[in-house]
Amino acid sequence: MPGIRAAAPVGVAVFFVGMSFGVTARPVMGAVAAVAMSAIVFAGSAQFAAAAVLADGGSPAAALLAGILLNARFLAMGLAVAPALSGGRLRRALEGQAVVDASFAIASRGEGRFDRHALIGGTVVQYPAWVLGTLAGVLAGDLVSDPRAFGLDAIFPAFFLVLLAEELRSGSAVVAALLGAALALALVPVAPPGIPVLAASLAALIGLRRT
Amino acid sequence: MNGAWIVIAGLAVATVAIKAAGPLLLGGRELSGRTLGVMALLAPALLAALTAVEALGAEHGSLHVDARTAGVAAAGVAVARRVPLVVTIALAAAVAATVRALG
Repeated sequence: MPGIRAAAPVGVAVFFVGMSFGVTARPVMGAVAAVAMSAIVFAGSAQFAAAAVLADGGSPAAALLAGILLNARFLAMGLAVAPALSGGRLRRALEGQAVVDASFAIASRGEGRFDRHALIGGTVVQYPAWVLGTLAGVLAGDLVSDPRAFGLDAIFPAFFLVLLAEELRSGSAVVAALLGAALALALVPVAPPGIPVLAASLAALIGLRRT
Repeated sequence: MNGAWIVIAGLAVATVAIKAAGPLLLGGRELSGRTLGVMALLAPALLAALTAVEALGAEHGSLHVDARTAGVAAAGVAVARRVPLVVTIALAAAVAATVRALG
């Protein structure tokens, strides 16, 4: 599977980010719940957001809402990859579960085309890395009290930047990227977490001008 | 403790539903030229937003330039010089850790 080779370095990054989730989440929800959350939710930013709300004393409903808002971007990504999946609707809905940020980016072939094998292969690598990373974080929590001391929090945005650079194949892609980033940053002070990134998908509407 | 499990179960179900929605709605339909034009720009728009929001530590509602921003900036230089992925992310982590230790 082509996605597996492309995702190998990503797996390393995901392991360390998962570790920082384990360290962060254990005091909030306990070791078992932290690992279970990574295993059954498998959505990094939503997990961090939900754990942060609980840590601040927020209600479960507020934590759930924060997580859902952060995952809302997968709706846009699911629409984008849908034509590349195979089988009937249910089979496609199942394959659509492979959508996470890194796999979506690895699978992108430009011009709105996606490689199904790369999408699934990318997730096959990231899933065990994420769960084992969380487990390692839960176990190492006493040794590594602050994963940020190792700069682990810079790994994901740096990784997204590498993937973004590969997307900038056309003038309109550059404009959409600049517009999307500007839209998200402008909304940060006024919108709840998750909404800024979701709203950035509106920048893709400049694609209507073509054809 | 119970609250956390409610969040985990609810978020698991919601995430599956969110990811299933697109493929369920579209099925195998080929997209028209205009729709494809929009879909083609979703990846750059979303990735740029994710990068910007995380680099400026904006997950919690305010923007600030800090050690993580420095790490991502270093990654930007590495990307421009076509440095391999693993080296780029290791550099980002090292720069962020160094700036944080000095600050």
